Amino acid sequence: MPVRARGVLGIMARALGAILTGLILAGAAFAQQPLRIGFGMSLTGPLGGNGTAALIAMELWRDDVNAKGGLLGRKVEFLYYDDQTNPATVPGIYSKLLDVDKVDLVVSGYGTNVIAPAMPIMMQRKLTFMSLFGLNVNEKFKYDRYFQIMPAGPNPAIGWSQGFFDTAMALNPKPQTVALVGADAEYPHLALEGARAHAKRTGLKVVYDKTYPPKTVDYAPIVRAIQATNPDIVFVASYPPDSVGMVRAANEVGLKTRMFGGGLVGPQFAALRSQLGPLLNGVVNYEFYVPELRQQFPDLQRFLAKYQVRAKTAGVDPLGFYLPPYAYAMMQVLEQAIAKVGSLDQGKLAEYIHKNEFDTFVGKVRFAQNGEWATSRVIMTQYHSIAGNDVDQFKYPGKVTVLYPKEYRNGDVKAPYHENKK
Amino acid sequence: MEISPALLFNAIIAGLLLGGLYAAMSVGISISFGMLDVVNIAHPGFIILGSYIAYIVNSRYGFDPIAVAIILSPLFFLLGRMLYRVYYVCFEKRGQESLRGLAFFFGILFITEVALILVFGVDYRTVSGVYTDVTWRLGVVDFPLRMVVPFLVSLVMVIGLQLFLTHTFFGRAVLAVAQDQLALRLMGVDPVRIKELAFALSIATAGIAGALLIVIQPLEPSVGREYIGLVFAVCVLGGMGSIWGTLAGALVLGLAESFTATFFGPSWAPAVSFGMLLLALAFRPSGLLGR
Repeated sequence: MPVRARGVLGIMARALGAILTGLILAGAAFAQQPLRIGFGMSLTGPLGGNGTAALIAMELWRDDVNAKGGLLGRKVEFLYYDDQTNPATVPGIYSKLLDVDKVDLVVSGYGTNVIAPAMPIMMQRKLTFMSLFGLNVNEKFKYDRYFQIMPAGPNPAIGWSQGFFDTAMALNPKPQTVALVGADAEYPHLALEGARAHAKRTGLKVVYDKTYPPKTVDYAPIVRAIQATNPDIVFVASYPPDSVGMVRAANEVGLKTRMFGGGLVGPQFAALRSQLGPLLNGVVNYEFYVPELRQQFPDLQRFLAKYQVRAKTAGVDPLGFYLPPYAYAMMQVLEQAIAKVGSLDQGKLAEYIHKNEFDTFVGKVRFAQNGEWATSRVIMTQYHSIAGNDVDQFKYPGKVTVLYPKEYRNGDVKAPYHENKK
Repeated sequence: MEISPALLFNAIIAGLLLGGLYAAMSVGISISFGMLDVVNIAHPGFIILGSYIAYIVNSRYGFDPIAVAIILSPLFFLLGRMLYRVYYVCFEKRGQESLRGLAFFFGILFITEVALILVFGVDYRTVSGVYTDVTWRLGVVDFPLRMVVPFLVSLVMVIGLQLFLTHTFFGRAVLAVAQDQLALRLMGVDPVRIKELAFALSIATAGIAGALLIVIQPLEPSVGREYIGLVFAVCVLGGMGSIWGTLAGALVLGLAESFTATFFGPSWAPAVSFGMLLLALAFRPSGLLGR
């Protein structure tokens, strides 16, 4: 080969080498880019306390993942905005996260009210959307890349109140009538929809079925109107402030019924549980974890130990039994899916999540076709023996009887409600 | 639904008790907006501030929240004086009180809210006292003390304010400042100082109303915004600047809410309340007891 040609080849080889080196270096640099997960979260407004507790749990997950080297070799970062518990802010937040901030992944904020308005954006962009405690959101959207971590089962509206109605129908004599009441908001409406289906299934006559504005100050007139219909059982679907109002009013009015509660959001959180204190005695309500079930959820203790330290500093839910473990679990699902898929391909992630079971702090999670838990695990409980307002009493077993499901049950419901308020 | 005497009497009592709370929350607006023409949209923010102060002292030292609010009301009075001074110098004096003043009070509302969030977090707070979980029964009628005590305190506050405004020189000067500031100047009274003191009085009532509110329901910092419509509605329905009118308007809205919730369904309560406001504006624009 002529000397000149060898020289040209040498130059080309060096150029190719330089390009390759550049590409490798660029690749390495890209690998160092953080993986950014965006979301809106209720940090103020009526659900601000709950949202902040969820955020702490998600940050614990982020720190744990980063301590293990991140995801796909990239450090995980969060980018989030306060949705103020206001659904109207949600579309703007997710548009900004995706178009301006250009995050790599998005997850939902806390609650049905803020998940539903994010859905059209997720569907339009075909994003895999892990969501946190939305009740039956996908019923209307039927989006195949939607997943929801609250254990309400494949038919959430039904699964949500199944335990309440099954417990009621096991009473002797069987109840004949039911009153249904809830706030004018997304979650209570969906919960009441399920309760109506249960009333139909069980042959209960609905004697009161009304909603109230969330800004109601005095709930006594509502409870008196319910009392006037003399229902055998009362199912309530409410958010924290109105849960307090309804429980207080039931005590003040001296509501006489055999079972009261079901879908009260609020008593699961330490602040409201300790504020209501003995007024909760006799109320039957849903939970996702209670200290009576320690043996069944051994991994949860590890999470709670870490969470409770941070929650104390942040001044939010010091117990963390309800939402925080599931916020962490939601991120664990995403983490495991990304690790197995090996990319952020939204279609492959959704496919993987649909087909596989995940090991999380809240136990094994498998999703149904509609993105909800494959089997319901809503625990129905009855509060009792609550004395005073000290929050520490709720850290240990002894204040709750687990009524449903069968595998966790440790006692029978005490009815009627008005004779068991101790 | 069958209207039993028990249901009817309880609806009346519940409505009156609720109206008492609404009166306490609105009487300050009646002074600032109705008499002084200051659109203090931050009023509910000061109510929530009052709630949190009552909460701190109650939770740490166990003192009665309402007593705490009454004792600390001079602090709210001073806060009101300072606030009006800023408002006057920055907006009213320059004739920019309408739109910029409104923005100023919006800003104050949000600053109050954010400050409370930063200090206390976003969890719901409530207070406890010897009467908060006690209900008296008289025949078929319930008297929950967490509603009765705020009602009585509110009644005393409203009646006291009415007597003060109609039977003292300062009070009459406040009423005059709303009507003719020039005439007031000719009588040797400084209308700005009168407005400052009257505005301070309105903020002091907000502090007390805050304690009454947190006795009745748990609160978080941003809940104040929800009451902006209510307090202005009561003020307008009762008649701008009329203290008796504010009481009447509050009781009417309380009764409307209670009756609707009891007999027709609570969802209709806001529609009925604001429907009544619209009717009042249509047929009696000056309000129930306005001039």
